[in-house]
Amino acid sequence: MAITILPFGPQHPALAEPEHFRFKVDGEVIVDVEVKIGYLHRGMEKLMSTKTYVQNIYMSERICGICNVAHTTCYVQTVESLAGLEVPKRAQFLRVVVNELARIHSHLLIIGLAAHEVGFETMFMWIWRDRELVMRLMEELTGNRLMSAYNTIGGVRRDVDEKVISALKKACTTLRESFLQIRKVFLEDPLIRTRFVNVGLLKSRDAIARSAVGPVARGSGIKTDVRADDPYQAYKDIPINVVTYKECDSWARMMVRVDEIFECLRLIEEALENLPSGEVRIPVSRKMPEGEAIGRVEAPRGELLYHIISKGGEKPYRIKIRTPTFSNLYPIVATFIGETIADIPVILISIDPCFCCTDRMEFVDVNSGKVWYMSTSEIKRKYWR
Amino acid sequence: MAIGSYALERLLRWARAKSPWLLHLNAGACCNGCDIELVAALTPFYDVERFGIKLVGSPRHADILAIVGGVNKQMEERVRRIYNQMPEPKVVIAIGTCSVDGGAFNGAYNVVGGVDKIIPVDVYVPGCPPRPEAIIHGVYLALRKLYGGDFLGKKR
Repeated sequence: MAITILPFGPQHPALAEPEHFRFKVDGEVIVDVEVKIGYLHRGMEKLMSTKTYVQNIYMSERICGICNVAHTTCYVQTVESLAGLEVPKRAQFLRVVVNELARIHSHLLIIGLAAHEVGFETMFMWIWRDRELVMRLMEELTGNRLMSAYNTIGGVRRDVDEKVISALKKACTTLRESFLQIRKVFLEDPLIRTRFVNVGLLKSRDAIARSAVGPVARGSGIKTDVRADDPYQAYKDIPINVVTYKECDSWARMMVRVDEIFECLRLIEEALENLPSGEVRIPVSRKMPEGEAIGRVEAPRGELLYHIISKGGEKPYRIKIRTPTFSNLYPIVATFIGETIADIPVILISIDPCFCCTDRMEFVDVNSGKVWYMSTSEIKRKYWR
Repeated sequence: MAIGSYALERLLRWARAKSPWLLHLNAGACCNGCDIELVAALTPFYDVERFGIKLVGSPRHADILAIVGGVNKQMEERVRRIYNQMPEPKVVIAIGTCSVDGGAFNGAYNVVGGVDKIIPVDVYVPGCPPRPEAIIHGVYLALRKLYGGDFLGKKR
């Protein structure tokens, strides 16, 4: 049979964000995939080097709305190590709380969308009902539902009082109960199992060779987590258990997320239990010394890395960001080959794609694995119709 | 009812006002914060489906185009094309500060600016991101603009 090219995106019901995939299909079976990323390219890295360090907290938050807390944590952590600052202990614990809350909401979002993708609308509604509770906690803690701007250079912006702490603790108990239900569905429900088990196999060897990170790597049985390998903030004081699954399929990747939610709840409870007293923020100079710094955190989707070069003054010279979805796109694209068209959304959702994070600089040719950079005029010449 | 008659026109307007179909489009210069707030408006706490608002996948089925994010150069042509694919009557809502005027991404080399530089916009919903309540209110204003207040149970 002749090979057909099936375009997928940029405007597509299965994707909230515009991205273009070109699947070459032989009947129902996918034989090759081309990814064209760049529909969300905004030139963030260039933009960030034109703004001051304080303004860049807001810019880094707006790289991605879903993992905004991870982005700001990573950014302020890198700037703090550049300036050689020691953040108060209380602020470090609060950063853990807000990071884990954001991780819960991000994982719930993608688990809900996965249920929606396979046509399990009831599950989608259940999960998003719980997610709304998390968003309200987030609002109580930080002042906004999504764009919290909670982290700042030298600490956090708001302290917590007894009222918020008790609300958080109470919500943890409520949420744990409903997550047990979700976990049961993911373990036992025949609909979920038929669509997810043995779909999109990514062997451990391939995951390492293609540098998968986060839940994708952990779903392939690789024990990797920045929170455990290179603890930052208060993760030094609260040890975490890394969740891994050995099944290597889409189901394992989703189960890693489901189990991580329980881990997040435990971390929040422990951080609130051991919350040290003291101030939450120290005054910081607007100007940073000359030098370079690297910071990495475990974003909900995997390892996030910031590299800042400073030549002194109020503005950074260069900021380089490496986001988890960019690392995960290449390993996962290979798993499409041999699967059917109906499995495309399931596999894609199982890496929790976040194209807002991804589209900043790079272009990837999946066939050759080559990464290159392009100017706008080149993009115009090559891809604009 | 004859085609083009006043009664048919009224019936059509009533039916459209009671089931507006919404197309969600991310125009590029966006951080997807507004995307998920728009989806949150569909979920049990806010549940816009009780007003008949439904998310659809194809621009050819949609009455309302909800654009999140400012327009970047890669998506510029696509936004225009999707707008042209929608049947009349149509209405465009710009959700979030970025789609109102470019927001935080103003000044980037790849960003054109707000959505109204590309296509006409009827309702602006500012906020970074706007709360789901604000988005629902934006849709309500858009419907009022399209069909008039008396079709939404305002003048009972």
